[in-house]
Amino acid sequence: MRRNLFSALAGGLFGLGLAVSGMTDTTKVQGWLDVFGDWDPTLAFVMGGAIVPMIVAWRIAARRQTGLLGTALPLRSDPAISHNLVLGSLLFGIGWGLAGLCPGPSVAALGYGGWAGALFLLAMMAGMVAAPALRVHIDRLAAT
Amino acid sequence: MQIDWLFGLAGGLLIGLAAALYLLVNGRVMGASGILGGLVDGTGRDTAGERLSFLAGLVAVPAVAAPLLGHAETHITGSVAVIVAGGLLVGIGTRLANGCTSGHGVCGISRLSLRGIVATVFYLLGGGLSVLVFRHLLGVI
Repeated sequence: MRRNLFSALAGGLFGLGLAVSGMTDTTKVQGWLDVFGDWDPTLAFVMGGAIVPMIVAWRIAARRQTGLLGTALPLRSDPAISHNLVLGSLLFGIGWGLAGLCPGPSVAALGYGGWAGALFLLAMMAGMVAAPALRVHIDRLAAT
Repeated sequence: MQIDWLFGLAGGLLIGLAAALYLLVNGRVMGASGILGGLVDGTGRDTAGERLSFLAGLVAVPAVAAPLLGHAETHITGSVAVIVAGGLLVGIGTRLANGCTSGHGVCGISRLSLRGIVATVFYLLGGGLSVLVFRHLLGVI
């Protein structure tokens, strides 16, 4: 129960941050990516601001075995750079540029994004369902 | 607006605090695509309550806060083809890469994770190319 409560709190705080920063506005996101057009630097401030508390948090985490609710803290992931990491990030970026939404903001905007925002979220979830099967195909191609 | 960067910085700090809370209390990396994706493909069934709670907070707070802040306009395109293509690519890409702007970006870079940094380079590259091609060359967005 406490776990769900703190999870909702983190989600709410994340959503508040997205709402304050204006990151559910697709024009600001596409403006950041539009290096050759009317460039909007806001996203860099959002990313920079978000990284600062997390640098501190990782330092605290390094001295602990578990989170406050007892779950083992995530270990550093395997440093291997796979083809899926590179290809997936490229595909994600292309979609991000097309629609101006990434996963967090697409959920956060559900309350006011209208039919278009909801359609994006549905399409994204469909993509998430399709991904494991695609990964099998990609791995097979990469192995040959 | 001239003070957009200030709202960006303040919002960013809140996002970072949310990620810090999720890490230090719940013991998990705050990645939006992973939290949602694990529910959608069933791999996170045993942590469904925690995931759903997170998503409930993520939907409820902006629904109230964004209109108050005057940030409730998404300006999302009305083109169904662009929305569906964009959504599919974001869904497939983030699950192949195991992370998005929050997981690889915020949580990865702050830990100097090589995977997070490489992912961020490639999604920024993909995003920049996408806007260049679809806005400036093809004029569809």
